[in-house]
Amino acid sequence: MNINYLLNSLYLIKPEIAISATLVLLVLMDLIMGSNKKLLPYIAIAGLIAASYFSVEQFGMSSLAFVSKANKGMIVTDPFGAFFKGIVVFASFFVIYFSIKSDEIKASFERHGEYYTLIFGMILGMFFMISASDLILIYLSLELVSLSSYVLAGFTKTSQRNSEASLKYVIYGGVSSGIMLFGISILYGITGSTNLYEINSLIQTSSIPNLTFILSGILIFVGIGYKISAVPFHFWTPDVYEGAPITITAFLSVASKAAGFALLIRFIKITFIKSVDSAGYWQLVDIIDWKTFFIFLSIITMTLGNFAALWQDNMKRMLAYSSIAHAGYLLLGMAVLSNQGMIAIIIYFMVYAFMNLGAFFVVMLIANKIGTEDIDDYKGLGYSQPFLGVCLGIFLVSLTGLPPTAGFIGKLYIFIALVDAKMITLAVIALLNSVVSLYYYIRVLRNLFLTRPENGTFEFKVSFSNGLVLVLLAAPVIIFGLYFTPLINIAKSSIQILGF
Amino acid sequence: MGNFPILSFITFLPIVGMIIILCLPKNQTLVMKSITLVITGIQVILAGFLLYHYNYGMGGINNPATFQYIEKFRWIEISGFSWIGKIKIDYFLGIDGLSIPMVLLTAIISFVATLASWKIDKAVKGYFALYLLLVTGMMGVFVALDFFLFYVFWELMLLPMYFLIGIWGGPRREYAAIKFFLYTLLGSVFILLVVIGLYFSTMETMIDGTKVFTFNMLSMMDTHNFVATGILSPMNPHNLRFIAYIALFIGFAIKIPMFPFHTWLPDAHVEAPTAISVILAGVLLKMGTYGILRVCYPVFPDITQKMIWWIAAFGMINIIYGALCAMAQKDFKRLIAYSSISHMGYVMLGMASLNSIGISGAVLQMFNHGTITAMLFIIVGIIYDRAHTREIDAFGGLATQMPIYTGFTTLAFFAAIGLPGLSGFISETFVFLGGFAFETIRVITVISTLGILLGAGYMLWTLQRIYLGTVPEKWKVLKDLDFREYAMLVPLSIIIIFLGVYPSSMLNLMNSSVNAMVKFMMDSKALYGSITGF
Repeated sequence: MNINYLLNSLYLIKPEIAISATLVLLVLMDLIMGSNKKLLPYIAIAGLIAASYFSVEQFGMSSLAFVSKANKGMIVTDPFGAFFKGIVVFASFFVIYFSIKSDEIKASFERHGEYYTLIFGMILGMFFMISASDLILIYLSLELVSLSSYVLAGFTKTSQRNSEASLKYVIYGGVSSGIMLFGISILYGITGSTNLYEINSLIQTSSIPNLTFILSGILIFVGIGYKISAVPFHFWTPDVYEGAPITITAFLSVASKAAGFALLIRFIKITFIKSVDSAGYWQLVDIIDWKTFFIFLSIITMTLGNFAALWQDNMKRMLAYSSIAHAGYLLLGMAVLSNQGMIAIIIYFMVYAFMNLGAFFVVMLIANKIGTEDIDDYKGLGYSQPFLGVCLGIFLVSLTGLPPTAGFIGKLYIFIALVDAKMITLAVIALLNSVVSLYYYIRVLRNLFLTRPENGTFEFKVSFSNGLVLVLLAAPVIIFGLYFTPLINIAKSSIQILGF
Repeated sequence: MGNFPILSFITFLPIVGMIIILCLPKNQTLVMKSITLVITGIQVILAGFLLYHYNYGMGGINNPATFQYIEKFRWIEISGFSWIGKIKIDYFLGIDGLSIPMVLLTAIISFVATLASWKIDKAVKGYFALYLLLVTGMMGVFVALDFFLFYVFWELMLLPMYFLIGIWGGPRREYAAIKFFLYTLLGSVFILLVVIGLYFSTMETMIDGTKVFTFNMLSMMDTHNFVATGILSPMNPHNLRFIAYIALFIGFAIKIPMFPFHTWLPDAHVEAPTAISVILAGVLLKMGTYGILRVCYPVFPDITQKMIWWIAAFGMINIIYGALCAMAQKDFKRLIAYSSISHMGYVMLGMASLNSIGISGAVLQMFNHGTITAMLFIIVGIIYDRAHTREIDAFGGLATQMPIYTGFTTLAFFAAIGLPGLSGFISETFVFLGGFAFETIRVITVISTLGILLGAGYMLWTLQRIYLGTVPEKWKVLKDLDFREYAMLVPLSIIIIFLGVYPSSMLNLMNSSVNAMVKFMMDSKALYGSITGF
């Protein structure tokens, strides 16, 4: 191994290096600055700017880092990865801003250093999840994300539900990553390789024991399914979303899910693919019937998410179930196993990032002032806080998927992919699901606008900067709903996965 | 006239008004009301302008060249998807004889309903902002010729309507609002699915010869544009056209509302404030039948031919069932709501006849029902404002107490019954003539005439119970109409009488389009037969 080899590879992982450097810097500054921790978030933002610059740079790249003798790499830099890194960085910007403003986080001021360091640990893990093409690296990155988020979920230590969330998260996370590791070991046992590209060329040419292979594939999926909170690996989601600080909930619901989906798509597409036909459909090695698997998974995920959300009284818990339902819609995009479906997923994530971050931000601003996330406590809020009410309204309508909001465009492209693949029944199920979802989203709006406040009004002002950030999140939801050419153009240039 | 984008103007003017209202301080309620009035007034003037310059000879329906006031721009264009070709969505507006009566109706009803909203005093800013958004959605549906655009406008109305019923409505407003929302959303998701299906079955040839999937409704009506393998293409032996037709039809039928999807209507009407009831009955219900005529008929002529009997049969059920329900009501407003269901049945019956006279009758009935029912709801609103009750049995003898009001009421009631000389008579007669001429639905038409009898029954009975007899002591304080109420009732009365005496003014307007529609339906019989034949 010569120095050129290392340098060539390092050149390809600049975003990851930027994040690691910021992480180290945060730890150092935390030590140096002592009690003055005000500067830390700004260092974090500077690090993110660098990382986003390097991520955008990768849109034009397409190469492997840390290649083996057989010319198969461990890390892939391609437009697909760049896009998902972009989503993670985008979410991180907002989450850092939310953290500056959050009363929950302010309360544990002296541990700010740890907080931002752990967030960067998560980001680093996600970056590797997005770009890894080796099972060992996939497992390590998943663990890095998980370990950081276990601590963050229980970060404030002030309330019982915080610690409860953290503990539940650890238990579920530990079990599912254990199962995943078992799957990985089986796969390695069969194929003799941990590299996805090598496994792919192996299963295409030689015959391998079917049942064992299916088992290992499903076991590996458990780990990923847990990250994207697909049913039946979703049990942690409502508890952790409810218990964790809102900033972390928002981060988990957007960034963690995006990284999970990026990993899922890359894992399926690199490992199992035979060819992509001219219509953009993936011809997979027919050992595991992923199509049927995803169809069933998406149906139960969205249906359970939507129906469970109907009964929730806590806003965060409701949004947790709604995020499970959205994972179901996204899995529909996987089920078609086509480039069309991938475009739909990518568009959906762009929209989802805006609307979900926005919804959590409003919930946080309200919780900061009235100290509760109970939907019934929102009664009449729309009258005393019309701006917050209207913004939350926009986000929730978009989550329902009604035009003229961007949420509609996201759903539309999922349905376009389904109809193109002639999976009409699935499309009907998904559409009926979105009618169900209207009921619980509109319930919040009903409390905001249709009922008068019961006990007093909500007398507080939204500060200018918070208002501005809210507009930054809400305006695109409307604008992209009316003019979505940019979304599709980005999606179009992001679907290129190295190797195929 | 030049290239002035008059349709965009008439559609988006309310949005401008909405933005102005949102910028005003909360207490400027009179200014907000005036702005809304001015804007809806300008819409009436613009609609009049459209009418004045309208070319009566151009048919429209499926031929883009014979649409008028066309505006067509590329809205979304994405090139270079190797596997599905280009994506393009047009901003495509235009009107023909089918839509211009609806545009006129929307403008007039919006203006009248603004006057009806004058007494709103709760959250005035929100009310008028949402009201104007609603007007944009309604107008947009009637002028859009791109299915995607049509769908966006169609859904745009839902949210304002939900809040307008839910915030400013009666005691059970929340229930009524969510019921309305869920029903119509359920309908529109079916429409969405068909929109996507049609998109993948239709390809438009561009100027440079390339073929592109399209949302253009008019392209969907031309059989040459179908893709051989499309799931909704007639030439595909495994096509799903029948299922798609049913889904689309149900999507529109929920809005009409057709039995058995009608249960949201009485609730929504009873709880909605007067102005919103006026809009709901005057314009929103017409979207259902308009959608069927605009989309179901010309895009699926083959299936429509097969389903004609069913459309007529459901029309008949609506007529009879609505009338019987109306007869049993104790609440004045609920009675009018059920009479709406009955009267929309005539529209369906007329559509089913597939001949010029029947379809003219249907479109005319859409317009007439819009004006007559709007007037009826205003009449209910006037009495409710004064007496704070709508219980029919609580009243009596109002004719002596409020003679002028009773005069207008009688006019509206008789128009609804279909008295010769008033507008309702012409459209109902045309519907029956059309239905009778078409053998398949002759029996149904004969049974449906029972509706006139029932209609006369419940209307006259109501007239008797509320307006005749002696005045109870407590209603001796009721005052007759004020200026605002005159301003609402007089224009509608004039339209009702004018169209009763001189219906050809409106019939000529739609004549070319109705003939084009009938010809298209007849031609398509042979055309689709030959396509599916090989």
